Amino acid sequence: MGTLSKYRLLILCSGLLFVAIGLIVAAPVKWVVLWTDALIFTLMVVIIGTAWMVRSRPYLLAPWRRVVRNRIAAGALVVLLSYVVIGLLDSIHFRELLPAQEGSHQQHYSSNTLSLLDKLLTPIRIQEEKSYSAPFAIQLFSKESLQGDDGTTVRDYPRLQYGGAHLADISQRKEDITNTLLLASSYALATWVVISLLVVWMLARRHGQSYRQQFKQLIRGEMEMPWCTLLLMFLVILLLLFISMMLGVKYHIFGTDKVGQDVFYQTLKSIRTGLVIGTLTTLVMLPFAVVLGVAAGYFRGWVDDVIQYIYTTLNSIPGVLLIAATVLIMQAYIAGNPELFETMEERADARLFFLCLILGITSWTGLCRLLRGEALKLRELDYVQAAHAFGVPQNQVLSRHIFPNVLHIVLISLVLDFSGLVLAEAVLSYVGIGVDPTMHSWGNMINGARLEMAREPMVWWSLMAAFVFMFILVLAANLFADAVRDAFDPRAVR
Amino acid sequence: MNDTLLQVNGLKTWFETSSGTVRAVDGVSFDIRRGETFALLGESGCGKSITSLSLMRLVPEPAGKIVSGSVMLDGVDLLTLPEYQMRNLRGSKIGMIFQEPMTSLNPVMTIGRQIQESVERHMGLRNRAAKGRVLELLSSVGIPDPEQRYGEYPHQLSGGMKQRVMIAIALAGEPELLIADEPTTALDVTIQAQVLELMADLQKQTGMAMLLITHDLGVVAEVADRVAVMYAGQIVEQASREQFFSDPQHPYSKKLFASMPDIEKRGETLAVIRGTVPPLTTQFTGCRFEERCDYSWELCRNSLPQWTQQPTGHGALCHLMDPRYQGREMTLLSSEPEVESLQTATLAEQATLSVDNLKVHFPIRKGLLKRIVGHVHAVDGIDIELKQGKTLALVGESGCGKTTVGKGILQLIRPTAGKVDFDNNDLTQLSNKQLRPLRGDIQIIFQDPFSSLNPRMRVADLIEEGMVAQGKGGNSSQRQQRIDQLLQQVGMLSEHKHRYPHEFSGGQRQRICIARALAVEPKLIICDEPTSALDVSVQAQILNLLKRLQRELGLAYLFITHDISVVEYLAHEVAVMYLGRIVEQGRVEDVLTEPRHPYTQALLSAVPSIRNIRKKKQRLEGELPSPINPPQGCHFNPRCPKVMDRCRAHYPNKTVHENNHFVRCFLEENRE
Repeated sequence: MGTLSKYRLLILCSGLLFVAIGLIVAAPVKWVVLWTDALIFTLMVVIIGTAWMVRSRPYLLAPWRRVVRNRIAAGALVVLLSYVVIGLLDSIHFRELLPAQEGSHQQHYSSNTLSLLDKLLTPIRIQEEKSYSAPFAIQLFSKESLQGDDGTTVRDYPRLQYGGAHLADISQRKEDITNTLLLASSYALATWVVISLLVVWMLARRHGQSYRQQFKQLIRGEMEMPWCTLLLMFLVILLLLFISMMLGVKYHIFGTDKVGQDVFYQTLKSIRTGLVIGTLTTLVMLPFAVVLGVAAGYFRGWVDDVIQYIYTTLNSIPGVLLIAATVLIMQAYIAGNPELFETMEERADARLFFLCLILGITSWTGLCRLLRGEALKLRELDYVQAAHAFGVPQNQVLSRHIFPNVLHIVLISLVLDFSGLVLAEAVLSYVGIGVDPTMHSWGNMINGARLEMAREPMVWWSLMAAFVFMFILVLAANLFADAVRDAFDPRAVR
Repeated sequence: MNDTLLQVNGLKTWFETSSGTVRAVDGVSFDIRRGETFALLGESGCGKSITSLSLMRLVPEPAGKIVSGSVMLDGVDLLTLPEYQMRNLRGSKIGMIFQEPMTSLNPVMTIGRQIQESVERHMGLRNRAAKGRVLELLSSVGIPDPEQRYGEYPHQLSGGMKQRVMIAIALAGEPELLIADEPTTALDVTIQAQVLELMADLQKQTGMAMLLITHDLGVVAEVADRVAVMYAGQIVEQASREQFFSDPQHPYSKKLFASMPDIEKRGETLAVIRGTVPPLTTQFTGCRFEERCDYSWELCRNSLPQWTQQPTGHGALCHLMDPRYQGREMTLLSSEPEVESLQTATLAEQATLSVDNLKVHFPIRKGLLKRIVGHVHAVDGIDIELKQGKTLALVGESGCGKTTVGKGILQLIRPTAGKVDFDNNDLTQLSNKQLRPLRGDIQIIFQDPFSSLNPRMRVADLIEEGMVAQGKGGNSSQRQQRIDQLLQQVGMLSEHKHRYPHEFSGGQRQRICIARALAVEPKLIICDEPTSALDVSVQAQILNLLKRLQRELGLAYLFITHDISVVEYLAHEVAVMYLGRIVEQGRVEDVLTEPRHPYTQALLSAVPSIRNIRKKKQRLEGELPSPINPPQGCHFNPRCPKVMDRCRAHYPNKTVHENNHFVRCFLEENRE
């Protein structure tokens, strides 16, 4: 990329930043930054900064190219990115301004902390029923005593307040759903065609080819990047987005839970929790693992003994026990200091944050051990010996020769750990030592649905929804991790 | 009975890679007669190993594929056999030995079991009979005390012993053809001599044929009956050993001989082969060697050479041999690098480095409290003196402590005792901090060009690192200029400085290492086997470079090596090490022409040489003892052919002859 387009990019970025700042200042809300929000945005900055650095170093860029060229990995990346977008939208929190009361100039903010995602999903969020209802149902799941027009009492399934409320009766439902599906699909297709044409135009410009040529290349899969796969995956996501949104405002597409809340809304909200656990935990453990592992391997001697002693000890304490103890202590602390937390969301968030911390502290030993072994090997290599012979100071040997050469291990283990941590959250919440019960998470959803599994007929949709979303995330993460490992594995044949 | 055992015709093995079809083996034909040793000679990457794998049908699929050709073993085409029949053939009719004895044996099975597996599979013997055969095999490959060795694991054996076990496994099926892929490359010269002799003996007993794959002209001269030279996937010359060594025909073979260092070429630059092997993905329209050949002309570029065979059986793939172009004179295209006298004027005879009684012992710790239970006497009291502009070669087998000497001088390993005096500073007494400013004066070049450069740094950063650490080379832009200059000095382009090490070949990497060392303006460079990982033609380039730099910059080299021919060519003085001590030291002329210590004599006689083919060997029994418990008295006494009672009790003192030639042996003491 030339300098000119670099400048253009810079101008574009700063413009966007100005707009964002303007919006932030002008909006009639009180912005709330939760602890995990702050960490998520720090992580984003770090990732963007790293990407910037990687761009200018061919040896770092090459393996990433290999990752993205892999069709499966590219598809998985699109799925992961859509999860991340939802998670990010759910990480921008604010409290709305309440309508001013008469005679008072003081501004009051709602005690409810909302996120941008909540705002976007407003109809779905606030359309609450009385209790359970099945997906696409227009009636409640259980019978109730109803007062007829003529004053008689009958036991029947009452109509839902919102789900399918626009329909006269159930016979119209099928047609309505089909129509909405078709409409949504055509919207999605139209959007997709426009965006695809834009992408082709951009590619044609960059490669200096005619539009038609570029199009042919793309269809035949002759491009370096699997654009075909990327665009098709994008179409799938667009279809799902449009269909779920257009059907979602009319029906409860995943049903409702015990208190009548929309399950689809809950699953979307759970995405953030899963991502936070998966990423922040590794962020917490990373400094421990890298610093201690490399130090143990490089310095050996007593440093090695002490570090090995620490992680062997930590490893021999059952992890769940440690997590349970910490979470319970945290819970007591939060309950005892209500003045520290303004809203319920802040309280739940603090607990999530500490769960990440403790999960991180119990899980760094594996990576640490790997890094120690690698550093032990590297320190004997000739180029490290050569650096010693030049009188290069220790810290530079570590930062220039050891650290860059263990980075691939760090990366591979991070990506591999991610899916494990998402699943761990579900298990811990199920046991009752996970995130706050008021917080939306897949673990809590499964825990809540557990008792209803014995019901006849069964309430299956909460469990199913949580399972499907978690499954897709973990599958995509695993596929992506495989590709990353293959691309970074130095032994793999190229 | 038919005399020909194996007949390979037009064998082509190609590999499909992302960068195109690699024609690793591209039309190879040769015959092997019963009972003869056929050597396939070539530099790394020429396709000799792939040829042998193709014969066994062991080419890694699906990347590799035997495209065409035939391999007739006793009249059966191996390439058309179904896999299950081929499996029966491997091991029974064709046996194979690999280069690395360390990785070819299963570490969790006893060696007896591993040989027995092969015996059971191919000879159909069971239980006691099978074990009996294993013991027989073990003793036939010269492993003492086979009963006890039967139950031992590979890690309990030395490298030479493991290679013997590999040979025993290959012999278990009583093969008619033994394929040996660089069987002695990983071994020391004295062990190599033992193994080669063993293989020759076994061949005499069993009458099997042998296909020997090697890069070492010396080994070929020792054992081969016929030789084929491979270059870029083709056989370019084929001849009997006598014909090949007396009158090589192909320009490539001639160059190989010319680039071998030896004592007669001292003071001259070695011949080098220009350029590099062309990528095997190209479609050749002319001779493959054309670009690097000194005799090439128009025709070589445009037409493929034909195989031309003389009535004597000596054949070559070259237009020059073709009778159609017989009238043509062998004209040199470019003049050979001028043979200039490289003898340096004698510099001031001041010692830059003097090492006094250097000892490096590694403690062995055991138990819970890590108490010291013993020491590895890696270096056990050596004295070295090295003058400016001179080269001292430190010669010895692996495990004798020669690398540790280098690291001990550099203080990369802190010596246990002794003095390392450099420019009137005793390096052993200085702290790391005090050492730092002196680090620039002594530099090191390592053996493995692949592990000595950080793969994550660009060439410019690699070279600059030392300059920054030593505060040399001025400011940033001056340093960049200096880097350009250094790269040119070692024969590379300044454009190369923005690339990463993996883009370079082994020889180029070694040049970068040399440039990196030169960047801090050292007075002494410790060269730790800098050419042993390189091909002969590349080795010649590096040796020429080192020699030129010494002349231009007045560098002193401590040249650590096991390769006697390099010593003969490059060094002024030589010190022979055995088990942590120097047993003989003196001027190269004195030591190598008139060795006095029995170990030096044995070492020199074990080196395979192309000059005195099949001379009487002075074979050295046994292997290097462990440096943890060195033998009582003279360390060499268990292997010495002239051992006396005195040798078992005391370590001999120095006996000094003229020109500071000293020997530590009682025989010499007695003679005085």
